[in-house]
Amino acid sequence: MLDEMTYLDNSASTRLDERVLDAMKPYFFDTYAVATSEFGYSMGIDAKEGLEEARGIIAKSLGATSEEIVFTSGDTESSNMAIKGVCAALKKKKGQHIIVSKIEDFPVLNTAKNLEKQGWDVDFISVDAEGILDLDELKSKLRDDTILVSIQHGNQEIGTLQDIASIAKICKEKDVLFHTDATHSYMRVPIDVTKIPVDLVTMSAHTIHGPRGVGALYVRKDTPLEKWMDGGFQESNRRAGLENIPGAVGFAKAVELVTDKETEFLTTLRDYTIKRVFEEIPHVTLNGSKKQRTPQNANITFHYVEGESMTLHLDMRGFAVSTGSACFSRSLEASHVILGIGGDHERAHGSIRFTFGRYNSMNDVDAVVDAIKEIVSQLRAISPLYNK
Amino acid sequence: MKFPYTEKVLEHFKNPRNVGKLENPDGKGLEGSPACGDMVAVYLQVNPDTQVIEDIKFESYGCASNIATASIITELAKGKTIEEAKKITWQEATEELGGLPPVKAHCSVLAVEGLRASIRDYEEKHGLVSEQEPTTPDVIRSRLKHVMNPMAGLDIVRTELVTKMEINDGVVRILIDLPSNHQFAANIKEEVTEKLESLWDVKEVNVVFTE
Repeated sequence: MLDEMTYLDNSASTRLDERVLDAMKPYFFDTYAVATSEFGYSMGIDAKEGLEEARGIIAKSLGATSEEIVFTSGDTESSNMAIKGVCAALKKKKGQHIIVSKIEDFPVLNTAKNLEKQGWDVDFISVDAEGILDLDELKSKLRDDTILVSIQHGNQEIGTLQDIASIAKICKEKDVLFHTDATHSYMRVPIDVTKIPVDLVTMSAHTIHGPRGVGALYVRKDTPLEKWMDGGFQESNRRAGLENIPGAVGFAKAVELVTDKETEFLTTLRDYTIKRVFEEIPHVTLNGSKKQRTPQNANITFHYVEGESMTLHLDMRGFAVSTGSACFSRSLEASHVILGIGGDHERAHGSIRFTFGRYNSMNDVDAVVDAIKEIVSQLRAISPLYNK
Repeated sequence: MKFPYTEKVLEHFKNPRNVGKLENPDGKGLEGSPACGDMVAVYLQVNPDTQVIEDIKFESYGCASNIATASIITELAKGKTIEEAKKITWQEATEELGGLPPVKAHCSVLAVEGLRASIRDYEEKHGLVSEQEPTTPDVIRSRLKHVMNPMAGLDIVRTELVTKMEINDGVVRILIDLPSNHQFAANIKEEVTEKLESLWDVKEVNVVFTE
């Protein structure tokens, strides 16, 4: 490790806030009992109180009630629970058709693909060049046997925000349930479930300086949801398994620590990054929407150069970012999001995602833009595609 | 710091040798394509009397493995005759670099192919190709081994995407086991065509998607 690593990959995970750890500690060392009913022993009752207080804080952040929040192990579980739970509950009653977007993150995308393999009818809706969902296509794909629409709020790679208020309304009119994966927008872009008729919302603590391994699913009251993982009766018999109380408490603390001022600051870092890159480096493309965008995300393609080469050079200089290049990914597949917005492989290959968090500063932006400016010109000098 | 590469790979990646272009090269090879991933260009200057590679340059649009392998290959080839340079293998280059992550093999193979393509180009331009062999399914197979299956990171022959290869009176027909509206279909078609249409006796290339 370098003495000082500048971490600009906050959509992958974030540094834990010390105050979150402080809030969690008592639930590891003092109140470590399992949550019991009110007829249990006192340590268990205290643990239960901690869990329920945390649940109340998460509920309040969405305008929901405590009964509507289920704690999970993170966004992957939340989205699996939402989609598989609704599908199992409505399969025999209503139908076997669901709709997702083409640029969903893997928990939703691969859950949908898995259901498709099992015989479900799945439509993957297109997005435009900015990553914005085609609402008319959505309307045209809704059928009598459609049971669920799952469209993300903020995109994991290009930051595009979907108009979930309109999507929820369209679904509501057709009496179709609507799930949104809000992992990358939660607490940065408000969702008020009293105003938006969304039925299920996926959230995660790791994107807001909370602990990893904990998330939640908002489930609107009376939403049909079958339990998809067998075991005990925890979480009002909706999610089996010992409750992660330190995690839930840490998640709630992380929620309390996010401020509008901080979110505004992230927006400033994002816009400053984009501005400097566009002013100082030729042949670049912004991936995603300029206006409908999560505050923490800047994703830019540097044409004629390859992403893994850029990220390795940046790493050697002490910066952590990610890329949509196939060479960087474990699967060696180019980003399905960049391809989904009509980009070609070359665009995915040269894309760099900068995502900002609490511990970043304007100096970090200046330093990374200075570095990437040099790296891009160095790599373009040896690129056969670049016309020198 | 922990990198997935050896010191030597990182050294060549940071300071690649023999980069750039040669004006009026005696031989030039281009392998890969931006559509499917990495791309490498190799330029040769060959002494016509001794057949020794007197200068060699490369350009890369690629990842670290690609850049480092291309760099080491130019070092290995410089000063060798084209017959000697032809025999440089990917294994040799990889060993010289102290090894590469297996998943990155195809990126580095591409660099070796770039060198071979430049030598072939030199030989063709200088009348050193003894006889023009007719294109057989074996020739087609070896050419198609240079077209990547982006889903697997290996070529389309080894990953069995190609289900049939035929040649009749100069008309080549390639069957690919993918739906025609697949996201990679257009790229693969383009690359297959590019690899085969330059063969001297091929008049037409038809790529058919069968799934």
